[in-house]
Amino acid sequence: MKKINTQIFIPIAALLILLLFNLIADPSFFKVTLGYNSVGNPVLSGYLMTVLDCGSELAILAIGMTLVTAATGGQDISVGAAIAIAGSVILRVLCGHDSRPTELQAPIIVAFLVACVVAMLFGAFNGVLVSIFKIQPMVATLILYTAGRSIAAWINNNELPIISDPKFGYFGGLIPGIAIPTPFFIAMGCVIVAALVLKFTNLGLYTQAVGINESSSRLNGLNPTFIKFLTFVILGLCVAVTALIKVSRLSSINYSVIAKDIEMDAILAVALGGNSLSGGKFNMWSSIIGAYVIQLLTTTLYKFNVQSDALPAYKAVVVILLVVFSAPTVRDKMEEISKKIKTRKVTKGVV
Amino acid sequence: MKDNAVLEMRDIHKSFPGVRALQGVDFTLREGEIHALMGENGAGKSTLIKVLTGVYAKDEGKIILAGNEVMIKSPQDAQRAGISTVYQEITLCPNLSVAENMYIGRTEAVLQNWGEMNTKADEILKSLDIPAKATQQLASCSIAVQQMVAIARAVDMECKVLILDEPTSSLDEQEVQKLFKLMRDLKARGVGIIFVTHFLDQVYEVCDRITVLRDGKLVGEYEIKDLPRVQLVSKMLGKELDDLSDIHTGDTKSCAEDDSVPVFEANDLSSVEGIKPFDFTIRKGEVNGFTGLLGSGRSECVRAIFGADKVVSGTVKKDGKVIKIQKPIDAMKAGIGYLPEDRKIDGIVGDLSVKDNIILALQVMKGFFKPFTKAEAYKFADEYIKLLGIKTASADTPIKSLSGGNQQKCILARWLLTHPDYLILDEPTRGIDVGTKVDIQKLVLKLAEEGMSITFISSETDEMLRTCSRLIVMRDRKVVGELKGEDLTQNKIMSTIAGGEAEQ
Repeated sequence: MKKINTQIFIPIAALLILLLFNLIADPSFFKVTLGYNSVGNPVLSGYLMTVLDCGSELAILAIGMTLVTAATGGQDISVGAAIAIAGSVILRVLCGHDSRPTELQAPIIVAFLVACVVAMLFGAFNGVLVSIFKIQPMVATLILYTAGRSIAAWINNNELPIISDPKFGYFGGLIPGIAIPTPFFIAMGCVIVAALVLKFTNLGLYTQAVGINESSSRLNGLNPTFIKFLTFVILGLCVAVTALIKVSRLSSINYSVIAKDIEMDAILAVALGGNSLSGGKFNMWSSIIGAYVIQLLTTTLYKFNVQSDALPAYKAVVVILLVVFSAPTVRDKMEEISKKIKTRKVTKGVV
Repeated sequence: MKDNAVLEMRDIHKSFPGVRALQGVDFTLREGEIHALMGENGAGKSTLIKVLTGVYAKDEGKIILAGNEVMIKSPQDAQRAGISTVYQEITLCPNLSVAENMYIGRTEAVLQNWGEMNTKADEILKSLDIPAKATQQLASCSIAVQQMVAIARAVDMECKVLILDEPTSSLDEQEVQKLFKLMRDLKARGVGIIFVTHFLDQVYEVCDRITVLRDGKLVGEYEIKDLPRVQLVSKMLGKELDDLSDIHTGDTKSCAEDDSVPVFEANDLSSVEGIKPFDFTIRKGEVNGFTGLLGSGRSECVRAIFGADKVVSGTVKKDGKVIKIQKPIDAMKAGIGYLPEDRKIDGIVGDLSVKDNIILALQVMKGFFKPFTKAEAYKFADEYIKLLGIKTASADTPIKSLSGGNQQKCILARWLLTHPDYLILDEPTRGIDVGTKVDIQKLVLKLAEEGMSITFISSETDEMLRTCSRLIVMRDRKVVGELKGEDLTQNKIMSTIAGGEAEQ
């Protein structure tokens, strides 16, 4: 139990540091106001709401990415491209043959389910490369990373479909009468589903066992190949949900920009959650908090008028700190130092 | 100093935390001899080699090369001093050419004369009669030739001491012969060769002298003609031939009647690991075992039974019914448990807690959608922690922070929890303290009394004599005999293991 507590402490500490920084620098960061948007719906706005809204996609992806990382000891870098594909599929099903339909050609739920199937198939493609052909996950997913956005454009004949039905906008925006952005509810839904799955199945135990010791897992009757494959399929499902939110926000799609670089943030969320990127034990809640911390960092930087071009540089600084502090050599050194301090205190006490 | 000794190691000591790996070992290698270094696992062979090649620093002792004491602090030092090592796994670069592999990392010059390098390489290969060309890509050569290239590299570096660490384990008969020819050629050139192997036949074929180590101590150095095989085996195992004070008391052991249906039966079973097809039966309440030296194939046999290695031939029956075991889960569902030989690699799931490690196998059998509740899991874990006396801070402690013996007990608990009809224990007592060893042996006998069939494998023959009522003897991946009743004695086992000269 103690171990888990120290792990979840990492993202929470990062969260608190960022919040404290904002509190000191400019407390208006915490201001949340209730207003009405152009259609007359109530809406809560403020920096914190932005974090909850925009961090949701990342939180959903972090669920799948945590599992992939735990089981395979590698990461999927194709999620951004896969989101473009899934998003494109949703629009294609909704639009049918006309790229600017006046009404939806299929129910949204059907479009979403088709996207789920497609995204899971692409997840399965990655999964097969990694689990059966034993290709290093980052290399395996590089294929889809490269090809994904072209495939997405091809699905809609390179047209830019636009959905005019306001209902479609609910998923990435607001449901009339509810002032909190829908993506947050979707993310919480996913978190609850993940919690239930982890409680009522052995997914957690199996992925961790496979990630820690594949050979031993096999001798205990597990099928490591299938479990690795499964984690990629689950990540595919997370991708489909994220894609729904993303295309709903715009009611359209921009193939080359949608969910760009989101895979790096998702991986960062897993790392920030204190999970080892080389697989094994994981803490899902830690990753999810990590996702919101990253969004908090992004929002904070925007607030201080950092250009979006410069954002990655700042994030890089955070990554450096994170990686250095979680490196075993540094951790050992820190433990050594803290021990020394303790013993010094003890000896002083004796004196 | 002995006449024409190229290498002398005197009174070498080396300790690791908790283990005294080498205690006052002497070793002498003469010019132009092939010297076998023999010993069972943990005898200190590899530690001695690593001290000699500078991988480990020795705690005490002297290394004398050609009459001068040397300090070897790193593998580079060893190479410069003329000590070269060729390992079982090829450590060359397969995607470079043969010549490049022979000369890589040996020159400090910035420019390389490729033409000259290739000619020189070809000369050496030719002089050693190695069937490879300088410009050929190394990966296109067979493993044996790759090994020979590694040796050629060593020879060209004018090594005086060549260490061959189990070079033959992945070679076939013909390739072994080619390698032996090369070894004899080098011997004629005056190179001293240290040959580490588990194959007795090969030792007697090619070596001049044998040094035997056991438990980190020197047993002795012998001329090959003065040491018959049986004696070599007894020296390696540490049992005197005439030591007849056997604890063997047949009646305390559970022997089942012969007409009952065997709990498990295998015919012509073999796996990808290259064991010769073997037959095997075990009856209810019987304890039997596979014995033989390390590398004789005893572990591979039980791995084939459990489906841990890919089975390539044979049929298996459980309680008289033909079943198919293709992977471990099939065996588990048939009521078979398997405690693997290598606890670290195949047994524990290091970062997981003691609790998770104990429930793992049963949980997998129960199914993906039926996880145990926390209460159930803790109940199982606590029950077995108590039953087997596992020393752990709590059920949530990661298993890797436990001592070896306690880790082993956890793995044992894992399989006992599945309540198998047939339990395979491969080296359950390796590397654990004496008290725990006895506990485990007692437990085995108790379980058998309660009706469980058990296959027990141990490097320590007296343990097997104490527990097993029937022993299957293996040599060079083949079943060479089966001993029971009267024949269950140290002498008989050793002579069967040694084979050939059994009548000595």
